[in-house]
Amino acid sequence: MSDKKSPNISPQHREYLRRVKRRKRTIFITQISLLILFFALWEVAARIGAIDPFITSQPTRIIDTVLNLYRDGKLFNHIAITCVETILGFIFGTLIGILVAIILWWSEFLEKVMEPYLVVLNSLPKIALGPIFIVWIGAGPSAIVVIAMTISVVVTILEVLNGFLGVDQEKIKLVKTFGANRVQILTKVVLPSSLPVMVNALKVSVGLSWVGVIVGEFLVSKAGLGYLIVYGGQVFQLDLVMASVIILSIAAFLMYRMVAWIEKLVVKRN
Amino acid sequence: MSYVVEVCKLGMKYHSLNGEIDALKNINFSVSEGEFISIVGPSGCGKSTLLSLIAGLIVPTTGGVFVEGKPVSETSEKVGYMLQKDHLFEWRTIYQNVILGPEIRGTLNAETKEYALKLLDTYGLLEFKDKYPSQLSGGMRQRAALIRTLVAKPEILLLDEAFSALDYQTRLAVTEDIYSIIKKEGKTAILVTHDISEGISMADRVIVLSKRPATIKKIYEIKLSCEKRTPLRSREAPEFREYFNKIWKELDVNV
Ligand SMILES: Nc1ncnc2c1ncn2[C@@H]1O[C@H](COP(=O)(O)OP(=O)(O)OP(=O)(O)O)[C@@H](O)[C@H]1O
Ligand SMILES: [Mg+2]
Repeated sequence: MSDKKSPNISPQHREYLRRVKRRKRTIFITQISLLILFFALWEVAARIGAIDPFITSQPTRIIDTVLNLYRDGKLFNHIAITCVETILGFIFGTLIGILVAIILWWSEFLEKVMEPYLVVLNSLPKIALGPIFIVWIGAGPSAIVVIAMTISVVVTILEVLNGFLGVDQEKIKLVKTFGANRVQILTKVVLPSSLPVMVNALKVSVGLSWVGVIVGEFLVSKAGLGYLIVYGGQVFQLDLVMASVIILSIAAFLMYRMVAWIEKLVVKRN
Repeated sequence: MSYVVEVCKLGMKYHSLNGEIDALKNINFSVSEGEFISIVGPSGCGKSTLLSLIAGLIVPTTGGVFVEGKPVSETSEKVGYMLQKDHLFEWRTIYQNVILGPEIRGTLNAETKEYALKLLDTYGLLEFKDKYPSQLSGGMRQRAALIRTLVAKPEILLLDEAFSALDYQTRLAVTEDIYSIIKKEGKTAILVTHDISEGISMADRVIVLSKRPATIKKIYEIKLSCEKRTPLRSREAPEFREYFNKIWKELDVNV
């Protein structure tokens, strides 16, 4: 069974493992090369005048912009604001979503009552509620977090509730034969067997939370990467826009990896 | 009263928007201590319903069930239920799976833990106690599921198609295995099965149910001339074929 690490694997198997490893490396190298090629072409095209750097910007100018922001001491401030808003958005979205899903699982009556409302909320573009939250809460980070949370919470409720209702009835019957009450059914069967579903909802939430935060920053226009993008656009500084978008991509990528790592940690069994 | 289980004029109707489903009708039988009963019947006739009623998972429409003379109104530790699949929880180790019953009933203490380990040891799963279910073979998983049921110290075991998820070879071995454990622990057992041979091979009596609404068609006392009965030896007894043919015809006429 556990022959993964044993030293006495056959040469054929070792050869196979080596091939897999090599292939993985080739894929990684190609990915990096593509990225470098893209930026190099962009730079060259701008230098020889094939594209107008005033509207397309160019890598060296982007680097300058980032360095300038850094020297002003604002760079990490903007990044941190956006990241914290996003993290708060998806954490609240996921927690509240799971909590509501538990309540709806608990009461079938409530679930049936809420069903049409959830359907409407789900199909409604939640961004449309942005101005309302800004009026209610004030133009600041709190409103942005609420916007991000609102976007992710409805999907989380629906996904997690679906997962809860899809739990094998026979498993529930099994714990019932041991006299389990509803709380025990929830904690011993429903929650643990829905763990993969919940982590998956978290993954979706992260993506949606980014959307909410960036749009929120567009609306509030005070700080953060979303603000830099919208500001750069307004003053026609494409260097700033591009720099912010690239930083945003890196941040989003890193956060996705973090969640994937959490997923691996949590969903080892199941 | 010397009967462990008494089923009296039991009837069960399910209600749904599509109408009323008459699942059981006037079922009467009694089971003595240590007896092994098999229940066979056409699919969908209400066999699982019958076991759920004995276990106290659902409430009958008419009649009642008595376990050790007391009417059944809710689940009790006296009755252990084994389902078709082992339903070991993948997120728990074998040991954690096996102590699920006491954990839920709030009776988990040094004594029950000790007992769980003893059972694991007796039935050869002690070295797997910290493994996860996915690391065990189908037969071992079924055995772990039986131990999970036994840890709650039930007097009566209900087995609902408990072996049908296994392939034939494993199934024969597991049947042999589980049968000897049940006999060794001196438990009373009621087995529901589709498989007539399996039913006869384990049972002291076979109850044949009619199609829905299930009523008792006939009860066969299984008397085999073989010593030291085990399911496999039973299959070789000269009377085995006779019983098989009778029960098979009984079920067939019904279709
Ligand atoms: N909760 C329920 N609500 C409504 N009808 C039900 C319910 N449970 C079972 N039934 C119906 O009652 C009948 C008997 O079901 P049951 O599961 O007891 O049969 P069974 O003999 O165990 O079937 P199988 O051979 O498939 O295991 C079936 O027609 C089934 O559709
Ligand atoms: Mg059944």
